[in-house]
Amino acid sequence: MSVPLKTHPAESLPRPAGLAGLAADWASDQRTFKNVSWGKAMMWIFLLSDTFIFGCFLLAYMTARMSTTVPWPNPSEVFALEIGGTHMPLILIAIMTFVLISSSGTMAMAVNYGYRRDRRKTAVLMLVTALFGATFVGMQAFEWSKLIEEGVRPWGNPWGAAQFGSTFFMITGFHGTHVTFGVIFLLIVARKVWRGDFDTERRGFFTSRKGRYEIVEITGLYWHFVDLVWVFIFAFFYLW
Amino acid sequence: MAHAEAHAEHEQQQHPIKLYLLVWGLLFVLSFFSYMVDYFGLQGFLRWSLILIFMMLKAGLIVAVFMHMAWERLALIYAMLLPPLLVLVFVALMVSESNYVLLTRLAFFGSGP
Repeated sequence: MSVPLKTHPAESLPRPAGLAGLAADWASDQRTFKNVSWGKAMMWIFLLSDTFIFGCFLLAYMTARMSTTVPWPNPSEVFALEIGGTHMPLILIAIMTFVLISSSGTMAMAVNYGYRRDRRKTAVLMLVTALFGATFVGMQAFEWSKLIEEGVRPWGNPWGAAQFGSTFFMITGFHGTHVTFGVIFLLIVARKVWRGDFDTERRGFFTSRKGRYEIVEITGLYWHFVDLVWVFIFAFFYLW
Repeated sequence: MAHAEAHAEHEQQQHPIKLYLLVWGLLFVLSFFSYMVDYFGLQGFLRWSLILIFMMLKAGLIVAVFMHMAWERLALIYAMLLPPLLVLVFVALMVSESNYVLLTRLAFFGSGP
């Protein structure tokens, strides 16, 4: 004879871990992502779709580079700079990589301080992240204008396969746009944090809903994704 | 009231700052190594394998620690990590396709105009 279980309606049952948890979560006939808010789940799903966009860009680049009969320009030389009389291959791209990684580090710290409800440190760290992001976009603008001056166009360039220009402008252009939107997103959320919206439960301008410090983590997810995409672009486009 | 309950149910991602600093440092070191691959002009299989290893390590660190994937439930991890793997099928298709296109180009334009 089984004893009927008595549970408090407000408290959830313990969730199984591991693969049993995976099956239980997906088969629960309820929301699948149990301990993740809708905001975070939707950001992840958006990032997944963005992964496919950048995946297809890199795939198109691979196809163009593998199928051309003309030699591909050597990125190591194309992106080299003369600094103080020394020839540095790929130096600008390396600096851009370090700038973006630094911004990811400050963003991770901002998320941490956000959950501690330390609004000043959170806002300052987010502003530093936005500054690094803006620096990155600025260096990319420098890189673009340098290449355009040297005669790189989407339909041709002085060093080899014509597809080099089109894939370069397409991939880095899309990535730079993502960084730019990320900076805007960071500035908006940093302003809210600085003003103390999530402590005073001030309602949002568009949504009229109370925000939470979780938005810092969601912004962080987007920002780290931008850094993640750069890791792949750096490896496949610049180093390969 | 409903809002407060929903709030309590979401676990916050709170981890020691030291871990973030460690990952930050590792990302710097790995980026430096991948730049060195180009600086020393390594070529061939060694170059490609090193680039891929450093890339995967960096990507793994960013996703696992910075994006907190290591602490999420498997339901989310698999939903986010398995679909991109399908891109590899697309890669295999396009490798075969580009080889064919290259072959055709060489066969028809190989002798040159």
